[in-house]
Amino acid sequence: MTTSGNPTAKLATNVPTDQGRFGDFGGRYVPETLTRALDELTVEYDAACNDPEFQAELAELLCSFVGRPSPLYYAQRLTERCGGSQIWFKREDLNHTGAHKINNTLGQALLTIRMGKSRVIAETGAGQHGVATATACARFGLPCIVYMGEEDVRRQAPNVFSMKLLGAEVRPVSSGSRTLRDAINEAMRDWMSSVESTHYIIGSVVGPHPFPMMVRDFQSIIGTEARQQCLAQLGRLPDRVVACVGGGSNAAGMFYPFINDAAVRLTGVEAGGLGADCGKHASPLTYGDPGVLHGSYSYVMQDDDGQTSDVHSISAGLDYPGVGPEHSYWKTAGRVEYTTCEDRDALTAFDAVAACEGILPALESSHAVSQAMKIATAGSHDEIVVVCLSGRGDKDASEIARLRDVQLDLDATSHET
Amino acid sequence: MSLIDDLFARLRASGEKALMPFVTAGDPDISFTGQILAELDRRGCHLAEVGIPYSDPIADGPVIQSSYTRALDRKTTLDQILAMLQTRSSSNGMPVVTMVSFAIVLRWGLELYIERAKAAGVSGAIVPDLPLEESAALAKICRREDFSLIQLVTPTTPRDRALQIAETSTGFLYYVSVTGITGERNDLPPELIDTVGWLREQTPLPVCIGFGISRAEHVRQLAPVADGLIVGSAIVRRIAKAAQTPPDTVLTDVGEYVSELLAALKQQ
Repeated sequence: MTTSGNPTAKLATNVPTDQGRFGDFGGRYVPETLTRALDELTVEYDAACNDPEFQAELAELLCSFVGRPSPLYYAQRLTERCGGSQIWFKREDLNHTGAHKINNTLGQALLTIRMGKSRVIAETGAGQHGVATATACARFGLPCIVYMGEEDVRRQAPNVFSMKLLGAEVRPVSSGSRTLRDAINEAMRDWMSSVESTHYIIGSVVGPHPFPMMVRDFQSIIGTEARQQCLAQLGRLPDRVVACVGGGSNAAGMFYPFINDAAVRLTGVEAGGLGADCGKHASPLTYGDPGVLHGSYSYVMQDDDGQTSDVHSISAGLDYPGVGPEHSYWKTAGRVEYTTCEDRDALTAFDAVAACEGILPALESSHAVSQAMKIATAGSHDEIVVVCLSGRGDKDASEIARLRDVQLDLDATSHET
Repeated sequence: MSLIDDLFARLRASGEKALMPFVTAGDPDISFTGQILAELDRRGCHLAEVGIPYSDPIADGPVIQSSYTRALDRKTTLDQILAMLQTRSSSNGMPVVTMVSFAIVLRWGLELYIERAKAAGVSGAIVPDLPLEESAALAKICRREDFSLIQLVTPTTPRDRALQIAETSTGFLYYVSVTGITGERNDLPPELIDTVGWLREQTPLPVCIGFGISRAEHVRQLAPVADGLIVGSAIVRRIAKAAQTPPDTVLTDVGEYVSELLAALKQQ
């Protein structure tokens, strides 16, 4: 199988509308200053979708630069351990830069050039989107500034260094909770001043229209490939598809090509953190209400006055109080089931995948694996569960060491090499 | 006719311009906001914008952001803010509008927000994250309630769109002077005067300029072309000193500052 044709081919799901509405959700709640740039982006993206040259260039990059298609891998020993359904991994962790984020950043970098913009900004939580943006910018010679919460700079230090090595400037954000949400605020503020020369590469299916649609489209290569691979390798569609949901980009990309396959059950896994109390988790679809955050109407964790609540997750990439509007739409429509996985269960799944499969999954992806293991344990061996292994976990090693009071002597390690 | 319509009708008749300070509600505390509003009113400011603190203000620079953070750290609620506005003393009848994020309005419910704000004596709202396309439902309620919904035009707004925005705005039209976030600036863009001049020819609405204005020279330069000038960060920065300075000193400092700007307004 090869990655060819149109990487942003659309399904007949009729969302979003021209106003960026996924049912009631989505829209564009941003200052007037940004309206023209968002209008231009919408027009330019639409043109790119219909431009064979753009599509061919993106398809070629996804193949030769990213290494797509990513394999669909049978996790045999994990399956045996669970003793039920077959667990298959969609190996986004094998992409260049180690996560699904590169699918989107290459598409948006090409758009940046197409729009004649000369500077890129981005936000990052876990650092995966920051690294993927820095990578795409280095590849195309675009200056790149990445906003990252101070708390995330601390817990994702290896990615911070990688971004710098790739030539990006990392700007720590010290406001608010010093995590992903504040990094988005700061990137938006930069964009308010620089919008005429700068493109903001949002890393998830969040933000004002057209970002949720565009990022979903760029990520839908995950589900498109997975669907074809199931048919080719297994001779049928899977019974279950599972992905983790922070902002929700890997899940949106994984689910979207399966939306019209009514027999395929789709499950999104939010960060259950330390439990159900407000402030202890990052699960707006499970515990939140619809509201406005970062330019769109979607489920969000907020107080009675509409102030965004603090959230918690062990995983920086899921530590976000909002979620992409299409997930809210899928939840309301009953098409996707959303559940949560607590920190400790994600760590258990992390250990299981390391021990059984020789793969260190990202802590984000470990949330999805945990749920897939639960499903598989309760299922029978003729059932197929595909889980999106959205990223690799090398970046999390030092944080896991810290949580387990393991002292990593990085100097000693470097002397050995 | 709202208090705001009434204000600008009077000012236009007498050839005067409005000075419109912005203050953050609840910074450093809610009673001080009441005192500062009374001081602004006593000094002769024409309208006050009361910023409802919001956790994620993407249009605001560091000065207003940190004032919001301080207010929220003190657990300032919308109920407290509206109660303060309802009981504020107003010697000159200075109207008040709220600068409020749509996240807050939506959480309360559009009807309830307008009803409660109006009951507290608020004359209008500026909702900086509610562009034209998303504003129909709120605009309808505001029209019915004779509550001004002040819309914004920016340097990135195409001219045909600026006209559409002017048609839906009530009370006045807010022209954002710069492509950027709130905060004091040394220089304002040279094309600002032409754009505002053009807008005022196109709409009967008063056009007021905000973002970046902080100095008497800005006031002298811009007052001739606008109906009013909005000053935010320069005031909020002075109020920020209230954490370490006696409140009366801060009140006097802010009072003297707006008096200086009011004097510059009259010299134009």
